[in-house]
Order: sequence, then C-alpha cells, then structure tokens
Amino acid sequence: MPSKQNLVVIGNGMAGARAVEEILARGGRDLFNITMFGDEPYGNYNRILLSNVLNGSQEESEIFLNPLEWYRENGIILHVGVYAESILRRSKCVLGCDGTIEPYDKLIVATGSQSFVPPLEGLTLPDGRYKPGVFVFRTLDDCREIAEYARGRGRAAVIGGGLLGLEAARGLQNFGVKVDVIQFAPYLMNQQLDPQAAAILKTIMERMGVGVLLGKNTTAVLGEEAVSGLRFADDTSLGCDMVVIAAGIKPNAEIAARCGLSVQRAILVDNQMRSIDDPEIYAVGECAQHRGNVYGLVAPLWEQAKVLADHITGHKPDAAYHGSKIATKLKVMGVEVAAMGITEAADERDEIVQFTEPKKGTYKKLIIRDGHLAGAILLGDISKAAYLMQAFDRGTPLPEDRLSLLFDIGAPAKQVTVQELPPDAQICNCNGVNKAAILACVNGGCHSPKAVMEKTRAGMGCGSCKSMVTEIVEWACDGKLEEDPSVHYYVPGVPLTKPDLIKACREQNLKSVSAVFQVLAGGKEDAASKPGLASLLNTIWAGEYVDERDARFINDRVHANIQKDGTFSVIPQIPGGVTTPDQLRRIADAAEKYNAPMVKLTGGQRIDILGIKKEDLPNIWRDLDMPSGYAYAKRYRTCKSCVGTDLCRFGVGDSTSLAIKIEQHLQGIDAPAKLKLATAGCPRNCSEAMVKDVGAVAVEGGRWEIYVGGAAGSHVRKGDVLCVVDSHEDVLKYTARFIQYYRENAKYLERTYGFVERIGIEKIRSVIVGDSEGIASRLDDAINESIAAYKDPWKEAYNPVTPNQFSSLLPVLQ
Amino acid sequence: MTVVAPLSAIPAGEGRTFLVSGKRIAVFRTRSDEVFATQADCPHKAGPLADGLLGGTTLVCPLHSWKWDLASGEPLMASCPLETYPVHLDSEERIVLTLNSE
Repeated sequence: MPSKQNLVVIGNGMAGARAVEEILARGGRDLFNITMFGDEPYGNYNRILLSNVLNGSQEESEIFLNPLEWYRENGIILHVGVYAESILRRSKCVLGCDGTIEPYDKLIVATGSQSFVPPLEGLTLPDGRYKPGVFVFRTLDDCREIAEYARGRGRAAVIGGGLLGLEAARGLQNFGVKVDVIQFAPYLMNQQLDPQAAAILKTIMERMGVGVLLGKNTTAVLGEEAVSGLRFADDTSLGCDMVVIAAGIKPNAEIAARCGLSVQRAILVDNQMRSIDDPEIYAVGECAQHRGNVYGLVAPLWEQAKVLADHITGHKPDAAYHGSKIATKLKVMGVEVAAMGITEAADERDEIVQFTEPKKGTYKKLIIRDGHLAGAILLGDISKAAYLMQAFDRGTPLPEDRLSLLFDIGAPAKQVTVQELPPDAQICNCNGVNKAAILACVNGGCHSPKAVMEKTRAGMGCGSCKSMVTEIVEWACDGKLEEDPSVHYYVPGVPLTKPDLIKACREQNLKSVSAVFQVLAGGKEDAASKPGLASLLNTIWAGEYVDERDARFINDRVHANIQKDGTFSVIPQIPGGVTTPDQLRRIADAAEKYNAPMVKLTGGQRIDILGIKKEDLPNIWRDLDMPSGYAYAKRYRTCKSCVGTDLCRFGVGDSTSLAIKIEQHLQGIDAPAKLKLATAGCPRNCSEAMVKDVGAVAVEGGRWEIYVGGAAGSHVRKGDVLCVVDSHEDVLKYTARFIQYYRENAKYLERTYGFVERIGIEKIRSVIVGDSEGIASRLDDAINESIAAYKDPWKEAYNPVTPNQFSSLLPVLQ
Repeated sequence: MTVVAPLSAIPAGEGRTFLVSGKRIAVFRTRSDEVFATQADCPHKAGPLADGLLGGTTLVCPLHSWKWDLASGEPLMASCPLETYPVHLDSEERIVLTLNSE
C-alpha cells in the first residue's frame, strides 16, 4: 500500500468540512492524513441557521454539524482557533498564526468569506476597534455579541436589505428593539426579487413592525463612544443604539493572493476546482471563482465539494464542475420565497407569466424563454416551487398550459407527485439531500419523518422542505410509519387520543374543562386546548356539561365574531335564507342605531351587521329580537337553499322548507369545526349543496341525495353521496346521525371534508345507513339530547352569565 | 396606586380592560385567583388582549394567537414582550395596581 499523502484544509466552515466529508465518503481516510485549520474555536456549524439562533427559534447546540469528537473519530487533526497565516508554495506547507507548520501534498483552500463592511465615517474608535454597537453578522460569536448588546436597547438599524439583512432584522425584533432596515438599492432583496415582489415583501415587513428605508446610502455612524445613529448621503439621519452591517460578503482570498495564486474577486479555479496556477491546490466554496462566478449559497458549494472529492481521491478523475444554476427557497420574515434564474425579461422573446395578490402577500412570476424556464419568483405561496426548481435546473421543456405552472388546478394527489419525483431530485436544498437518500434511509430502518430528518439532515436547514420530506417518508414507509404520539392527541395539552379522552371523561365523570386538566393533564392548563375540550365535553355531556366560560374563545363568550379592530359582527338567524319585510326593517334600524359601518349579505344567505361594539351586543340583540345565527362558532352555522318548488320552474323538491326544518333542528349544535349545509331543489345545484359539509339535492321521483364532506373554502371538494332517501324526515334523520358521528370521531378543527376522506365514505355509509356497528339509535339519542339542550345564546342579553361579560372598558374604583 | 375593582369583577380565567389614569390596562384573573396586569392592546395588531384565552399564566391573543407569559410579560410565541404592571389583592380582595410611572 502506498504511503498516505498529507492533505491540509484551510477553513473549517461549511465548505471545508463538507469537502472533507465527501473525501472521507470516497475512502479518503486511507489516502490522506487530513489536517484542518479553523479560526473559530468550535467544530463545524451550519452558518445558514445563525439567524435562527439570533431569533431564538434554535439553540446554539442544534446548529452544529460536526462536533469536535467527529474530527477525532475520523482521524482528522483540527487546529481549533488557529488562523492560517500563509501558504509557502515552494516548500509546500501552511503556517498557522500560533506557529504551527503543516506540510502538504494537496491543499484545499476553503476560507469562505467575511462580511463586506462599507467604509463609513465613525465606524471605529481611535484604536481601530468597531465602535460599541457596531456589528457584522457572520459567525456564532457575532450572533452572541449582537444578542447580548440588543437586550434592553430601544432601536437598531440593519444596513443591507438582502436576505441576511432581513434575517438579522427578524432576529433583532425578538429582543424587543424597534428595527429599521437600510437598503442602498431601490428595493429589497434585489438579488432574488423584482421590484413588484419586493414591494409586497416591504409591506409585509412593515406590518410586522420593521421599518424599511430604500435607496439610502449610509455615510456615517454617529455617536462619540457608542453608536447613537446613522447619517445618510442625503443628509438625513436615523437615531439608533446599534447597527448590524449585512451589506454583502467579501471572499477571503488574501492568503491565496499572497502566495501568488490568481485572484480576481476570489481564487480562480478550473473545472476540477483547482487553482489555475497550481494543480496541488484546490479552492472550494465562497472563496472560489469559477467561470466568473462566486457563489454565496450553499447548494453550489455541495456540488463543488463533490467534484473536488471525486477528483482529489481519484474516484472519478474526469469529474468536472460546470457551474450551478442558482435556485433558492427560503423564508424571510415568515414569508416563503422561492427564486431562480433571472428576475426580469431580457428581451421581448421572453414570455412573462404573472399573478399578483398583494393583499394576501402572494406573487408569482415566471420568465419563459423558448418554452424553458429562465427565471421565477414565488412569494407567499411556493407550492409549485419544487416542480419549477427542477424544470429550471434540468432545463426540461414546460407544459403548454401555463396556468398549471402557477397553480395546482385539478392536480394529481400529492402522493402521486412525490412518487413521480425522480430519485436524484434534490429535496433538501440546504443540506443537499435527494429523494434516493431519503428512501435509502427509510429502507435502512428509519420509519418516522423525525428519524429520517435527523439521520439525513434533510429538513434540518431552513426547514422549508419538511413537509415534502414527511410526504416522501410517509409514502416510502408504506404503512410501516412510526409516528410521534402527540400528533394523535385530540388537543395538545392532554395526552390522549379522542376515543381515550372520551372514555376517560365518561368513566371519571369529568364534566368541566378544569376537571379534565386536573385529572388528565396533571393540573396543567393549556390555553390552546381549552376550546377543543369545551366542544368535546358539550358533545359528551349535552345538558349536564359544566360550562366554564373562560374555556371559550371570545366569540363564544359574547356570541359574535371578533373583527380586526376588536368590534364584532352580528348575524341573526334567517332559516333557509327566507326573511320578511319586518325583519329587514328591524335589521336596518339596528344597523343605523348602532352605527354599523357595513351591512353585508353573507355567503350563507344571511345578513351581517358589522362593526358593533362589545357593549352594544346585548342591546342590538334585544332590538333585533331574532335568534343568534351562530356565525362565529365551531358549530352548525346555516343551511342555505335555492327557491325550490314554490316558484322555480325547474324545482323537483321543496328545498326551502327542508332547509328551514334542518336549521330549526340543528341550530347551535357544536362540532369539532363549523358546519355549513345547503339544500338544492334540483341537480342544477344553485345553492351549491354538493360542496357543503352536508347537502341535500332533490332528484326526480321525490327523492333526495345526501352529500357529505363537501367543501368550497380554502379546500375545494365535491361531497360524497351518503345515501338517497325519499322524504324530508329521512334527510333530517341521516343528516343528524352523520353529524353526531362526526362530532364523536373527528379531530378538533377537522372539517368534514378531511373527516370523510380519513374515515372513508364506505365505512361512514355502513355505520350511518347500514348500522353496521349497531350504534345508529345511540347516535340518534345523543344528538337529540344536544338538540334538546339548545338555548338561544342571544337571550343572555337579558341575563349576562359572567360579570362584565360585554364590557370593553371598565372604570376603576378609586 | 389604584384600586381597580373587586376580584369578582373578573370571572376566573378571563380578563377585562380598565381605564387607569387615562390609560387602558388589561387585568387578568387566573383560575387559581392570581391577578396580572398588562398593556391593553396586542403589540402585533392591537387585538384586545383581555379577550384572550388564559392557560395558567399563558395568555393567547384572540386575533392571531400570539402568546405571552403574564407573570413576566415575556413572549412565548411573539416577537416582543408585553408591558406589565405590578398588581396585587388587598385585604378586601380588591385588585390594586401600580402604574410604572407612579
């Protein structure tokens, strides 16, 4: 066996460590004695996640990739905290700042980059150190110092409106400081976005309390002994207690330049990632310049590290790097962004496909050249990102139907999508994990998304691919999936599934939310679990339920729907959408009397009086003298209807009186999620009954088709036919029985469309119609008990149930 | 110091907003009868915090479910803390509050 060569790596960041990992994976331990220089006093960590450490969403310990033991285990000598001072090419060795001399046969320069700091007046103290309050954001130590300084400060400025600057701003907000982002360019993230997308992002950021100053050239840092503000070229200034500079990066190529290697912006390398001047010296990552490009993102770095390893180990002597197409998927200030390629059309041959909905923060733009994707920007909704990034990366031709590139219209089920991805499709762009690696991990015995993510690191970067990784693992496990038990709890604060929780409540006679916490959750109250428990206990105990009002969401405490300004919307019951001139007059009078800023017809065929003050609620209810329409609760809401047989020339069934009967039967019934019903007098479906939680559609011959599990909200689904019956009475019977089954078995907030898909319509039909479990009459009795317990909550206008129930502002005693 | 109200003015596990020296203050009573006081409006979108859900000393804003610990005002799922005010019960079970400026 030939003796081993000395491989020295300068830099222990993401590029250096990754290159070494790739070399080890190709048997590098038998070929080389590996020595690394790292000037930070740690093992190797994921720099991309520093912003998470700053904003508190991850601990420092979570971002380490390779702890110090890893180096020992792999026989690597790591000079921790030692800065490599110079490369002596003639004697082939590297000098460390502590006097270390390491001879090399092969050398990898992976020195990365540093923050680019513009030459600002007043940046430093006379001794050359940064003025207290001035920071860059590059290393774990920077992150710690920023965090320490930010506590208790009033205001911070971030110079740089690129990705890093925005992440720094987000992190700083966490310390309660008011943050302003100063951007030199005329719009934010000008590397990845176009002005239109950037404008939407700016609005979102401002809504989150971050100030954005565009086109501002910072010239000076103000303050004698510490930062007190910034001055700009237009002679304006901004007061701040600290400033974080995130204005770009500068490759660390000095050490290479000093030993005579060709350096422009960074070290010039060939297709094997070798310096163009010295075949024994490689460069990788942000310090390397390949065909004019210097990449500051992680995905190209992974590709470079692979080529370098293939070549240096002789694994694939003809391996070559041909540059990377840059596609990024990230989360900025909580907004999902995917961007790739060019951001503007280059000439009129380029076709632009664009969709914008600024109010929702959604923006999509594709630039298509000769049928291929040349660039794309997705903001807010990035559901199509995986497909587009792949089409971009591979240069595959795009389908003619451009609409389907922006939206999932009639798209195949997600599983098919996951199944159809080719094995080499990169799923995690932070850690460079492809579908094949995830499958291999599942086949190797990891049967939960969590285990796979920990093992492969897929999803452990920015986290944006977690749902996709989960889907692939679920699909690959094919029934052998092991899950975290808490996903099965009915509510997060009580460690029981819904059937177990119901059983425990019945057996131990738990009739109030506080009793459940006391007995089943170790006395620990969980705010988010309260409304779900209240709903379930009401279902279990009906009239015996001990109603604790603090367990209710505000809407259910005051029987109205809270609006963004703290006022409420009032929707009286109008069964079947049939009203009278007298009711309309009362509604009109009430709207005027209580200064309602808006009166609106709802989608459920009712009338919404908006903008009512909390203290006016009992008064308006008294004036209206109509029952509550329950348009604020996880309960039966409404049953809309078409005109039916009375006047319509097509109607084959009396849908209107059926809708009124349904409403009077089921009014106020609580459920895991809201219930919206409809009846239609003929299959023309004017009242959209086929896309309701429950819908009854009249068909010729005096019969009614009952649809369940329909939806036409954020999710669109045509309901499944539960059964066909021939009387109003049977519609009522099966509707009520289905709803009771749903009440007892659905997860909290699970709408019927999810419930029906989860349980399966065949199973539901056999239980509800065929009585396959012998529970039909029990279900009927149970819902009848709840129906009997119905009380119009608006009667609380006459006797409030809690002190100051409807007060929005109370005076003090003295 | 301001005598805000008798403890019974606030139902257990809920909050109410009071006008204290011209300033709106949210006062909460937990189910174990501890009292807390914070700024009245959510720092996010000015939601009425007194209308929020309580779990122990955790407060959830009714508009977008931002969360804080009432005892410290520290954010649990939010990007900034709440202003809190010292508040206690006197011998007559009345809620007594001190504005920070007093």
